[in-house]
Parts: sequence; C-alpha cells; structure tokens
Amino acid sequence: MSVGFHELEEAPPPMTSRLEGELLEVSMGPQHPSTHGVFRMNVALEGEIVRKLKPVFGYLHRNHEKIGENTSYLGSMPYTDRLDYFCSMTNNWAYALSVEKLAGIEVPERAEYLRVILAELTRLQNHASLLGFLLSDMGAWGTPLMYAFREREKILDLFESLSGSRMMCDYMRFGGCRCDLPPGWMERARKLVDGFPRFLDEFEKLVVSNEILIARTQEVGKLSAELAINAGITGPMLRACGVNYDLRKVDGYGFYPRFKFRVPLGEHGDCYDRLMMRVLELRESVGILQQAMEQIPPGPIVNPKVKLRSFRPPVGEAYGRIEGPKGELGFYLISDGGSNPYRYRVRPPSFINLTILEDLCLGHTVADVMVILGSIDIVMGEVDR
Amino acid sequence: MESLEEIKARGEAAVPGAKITIVPNPGPANQPSLLLDHEHATAIARFLRNDVALRLDHCSNATGVDWLDRKVSKKVKVKKVVEGEEKEIEETHEEFFPGYLEAVYHLYSMTHKHGPVVIRMRTTDRGEAARLPSLTPIFRSAEFQEREIFDLYGIRFDGHPDLRRILMWDEFADFPMRKDYREPDDYEYEPTPHDDVLEKAKEHYSARPQLDGAENLTAQS
Repeated sequence: MSVGFHELEEAPPPMTSRLEGELLEVSMGPQHPSTHGVFRMNVALEGEIVRKLKPVFGYLHRNHEKIGENTSYLGSMPYTDRLDYFCSMTNNWAYALSVEKLAGIEVPERAEYLRVILAELTRLQNHASLLGFLLSDMGAWGTPLMYAFREREKILDLFESLSGSRMMCDYMRFGGCRCDLPPGWMERARKLVDGFPRFLDEFEKLVVSNEILIARTQEVGKLSAELAINAGITGPMLRACGVNYDLRKVDGYGFYPRFKFRVPLGEHGDCYDRLMMRVLELRESVGILQQAMEQIPPGPIVNPKVKLRSFRPPVGEAYGRIEGPKGELGFYLISDGGSNPYRYRVRPPSFINLTILEDLCLGHTVADVMVILGSIDIVMGEVDR
Repeated sequence: MESLEEIKARGEAAVPGAKITIVPNPGPANQPSLLLDHEHATAIARFLRNDVALRLDHCSNATGVDWLDRKVSKKVKVKKVVEGEEKEIEETHEEFFPGYLEAVYHLYSMTHKHGPVVIRMRTTDRGEAARLPSLTPIFRSAEFQEREIFDLYGIRFDGHPDLRRILMWDEFADFPMRKDYREPDDYEYEPTPHDDVLEKAKEHYSARPQLDGAENLTAQS
C-alpha cells in the first residue's frame, strides 16, 4: 500500500535556501595557499561577514622544545633554523645570544658585525618576500612575488656561499660565528645592498599607491595601540600601531647602538600601515647594512675560550631576545649544569601575534581575513614548533 | 628600574596579605625572579602592570617548567653511644623535595623600556592540584601561551577564558613536555572498531596449551 502525500497530517515546511540570521560555520584551511602553511581557521559567517574566528594549529607540531631538552646546547643550533625557515640567521642569533647570556660569554667585535650584517640581510629577504606574499593574497598573482623572490634569491645565494646552505644556514656559534667570509663576499654583498633601493623604488612605484591595494588594506584589520601592547604584539605589527618599541634600540644588543637608523612608526594600525612598515624598515635596514659594511673590523670571529665539546653552562637561567623580522624572538633557557638544557623554550613572535587574529577579523569579509592574516606575517614552522 | 627587593616591598604593601619570595638566579645572566602565592598572584600582576613607576605592560614570555620529585641524600656525622662508647658515625639522611610545576612569566615595560621582571608561580603538586590562577585577564598575550602550558605541561589555569589544547589534538591524553612523559611505542596506533571485536573474540578461544611466560611480560610492560 502506497502512502500519498495527501495522507500526511501536516505539510512539510517550505524549503528556504537562505540562511537568514543564521551563522554558517566554515573551516578555512589547513590546505589553502593563502593560509601560509598548514593553518586552519574555524570561521562563523553571517553572509560574507566574519562573526567568529578560532585559529586552529598544531599540524606541524613536533615538540621542538622537548627535542631541544634532549640534545646538547650546540645540537639545537641547526634545529633553530627550522623554526622560522625564512630567517634562519636571526633564529641562530637569538639562540646564541641566550646561551651567551646563560654562560656569560663575550663575543668578538668582528663576529658581532657579521651577525648584524646577516640579520639585516635576513630582514631584507623576509620583508621582501612578505610583501610579495601579501600582494599574492590580495589577488596580484605571481608578479610581485616573483619580483620579491628575485631579490631574495640573490640574498640566499650570499648565504649559500657563506654557510653552505641557502635557508638552513646554521651559521652562528656560541661566542661568535662558524666561519669567516669567503673572498669577494663583501663586494658582492655591497653590490646587492647598493642595488636594493632600486628594487624598493620600483616596488613602491608599482604597488604602494595602487588604488586596489589601498582599497583592500586601508581601514582593514585595525589594531589599537593599547590592545597591541596588552596582547604582546611585537615587531612591525606593533610599530604599525604607533608604539615605538624596537629591541634594536631598547636592548641595544649586538652593536646596534653604533648605527644610525630610525624606527618607522605607523599611525592607524591597519593592514596598509603594516605593509608600509615593512617597506620603510627595508630602507632603514639598507642603511644599517651600509654602515656595518663600512665599519666591520678584521679580527677573530669566535671567542676561543668557548668549549665546542662538553659545553656546560653554569647553573642558572636566562632569557634572551632579539628583534627578529617577525617580532620579538626570545629563548628561555634553564641550565642545571649538565650538557643539555633543563628547559629550552622558544618565544615565537608569530605564535603570539596570532592571539589577536579574531579581534582583527571580526566584522570584516572573508576576503579581508586573508589580507589580515598575510599582514601578520606568520610562518607555521615557528607557530607550531 | 627599582631593585627586586623594592618591588617586593611595594607589592606587598599594595596588596595586603600577599607573600612574595625572591628566587635567586646563580648564573651570570643575573635574572632573579619573584615567586608569587596563588591567592594574590593576579592582584600582584595587576599592580606590576598598573603601577606608575613600573608599568610592566608587556608580558613577553610565559612558559612552564617541570620539576620532578627530588631526593637529596646527605651524609651527616652523628654522635651515638654504641656499646657504652661514644662514637662518631656517618649516617645518610635522605631529604625529600616534592615535585611541582612552575609557570614563568617575563614582564617588560614598553612605556618605560625597562625589564625584565620575572615572576613565577608554583603548583602544590604534579597531579590533581596542578592548578594556577590565570594571568590572561591581565595580560592578553598569555592567552595562547597559557593554553600551550596547559597542553604540554597540564597546568590548569583558573580564570582562563578558553582553556583547550592548542598544539596537540584534543583527544590526546598525556602532557608531553613533562619530564617523566613516556613516548608511545607506536605513534601511528589508532584504536579501531576491530579492537573491541578482537577483545571479545579472545573469550571464545581456549587458552594456549603451552605458556612460556612471554605473554605476561608483554602484557605488563
């Protein structure tokens, strides 16, 4: 016996294809090109507008800190390269600085100059490729990224001829650097640095006053200075809000007080300011590089008193930090007098800068989320550790 | 910046009842820290952040440390009367220090550009009572970092708005950064529906005729 629809007690309600007033939950990522790695966001949308956003990560988690605690002090040095794989030199420096604080090691003058030069070169290539990625997120596919990568490639070539590896440099050692510059390196670096403003001028002319770019970035993802300070935001993202806090000036590590440079500051704390902050910092970095290359003295590059084998710092703890390209990169170490650190902690800037992602994205459209995420500048190797 | 003794004195004056202990740091880094008690930790942290002279508004780093139970054996010479004669005898005394988990915060001032002031809190034990007050209401930057401490060390933060696992997956049960954490033999192992079936099926098999004891060994470990 078949049942006809007229026998139903009540007619089914009419189908509605619109989700009026309801939130639609969307999982963005983790395999999405604009999430900069394996990063996922659980987004609740009302139409196009983001009403809730919870970042989900940990896909690249390999418990870097535990591995660091089970390895000797020097054994962790190559592994720090893998944190923020764009900026291995600054990761090395932050770790070396913390261990030098922990063990009270002096660094020779030439090594400090080398560190400054390499850190600033790292900043050049990180900021340049960030600009490329950010524009790529906004829909300027390929071309700006290739322009940025052309410059990055030259810097990576320099790193390769110095350390033997393009990205995983493993160059710094406790109390100095691993090897001195090969012949002709400084001339090549000087040529690159002198030519860098040309790239910047070109890039700025092509991109920065572009109408579409301005429409996509200005007034998007505004961050107030109060929230930025309270949420521990550091690096260019903090300075875009107008807070003058650059560790190169504040802590004055590694001979930075010897160089003349300005700290660019933003005003509105929106995505445009964050983007411009990178452009302006690039110009200051070029200035620092030129001064450092002028001043670098000959001499030893490593403190001979530091033991390479059976390196055991005295009992104690130390927290060292530097101004990485992405923000404040810190290492917290506790020594119990053994050959391994008792506690080895990385303070990853992009992990903490993600804290306020939801605050920035609420009320904006899905397309803006990508721009905001791009302007934060995250690397998942560092976020997930 | 003021010395830690002055900060301690002013903090204890500002928050009545608070107990602050200075933990020395013997290393060359010279970064001693302030140990806060649970009850007044948030009040002290708020004082450190809001005080005009200190203004430690930037919580740079928050992390956990695991300290296991320790036994320190000391040799002490004791005078004892043995068989009517007074003798000096060496006795070993074992002193037991219970383990605890620790949360360490590094505070800096963006306003006055000084720091660090290191504050730390200790749990009473490493088991059920591994709880601490959360500093997230005061420093937003502790939000993800306290979640990470909870995830990897298992310290529960009272007052944290959203305490979930952050790096490990939600179903994960253990706390991998603890010093006594034992890695699983098989990372790839996932419980499947077949496990229950196999377990049930065991009831229907008769016991193996010859047991050499090896089964028991694998079952125990």
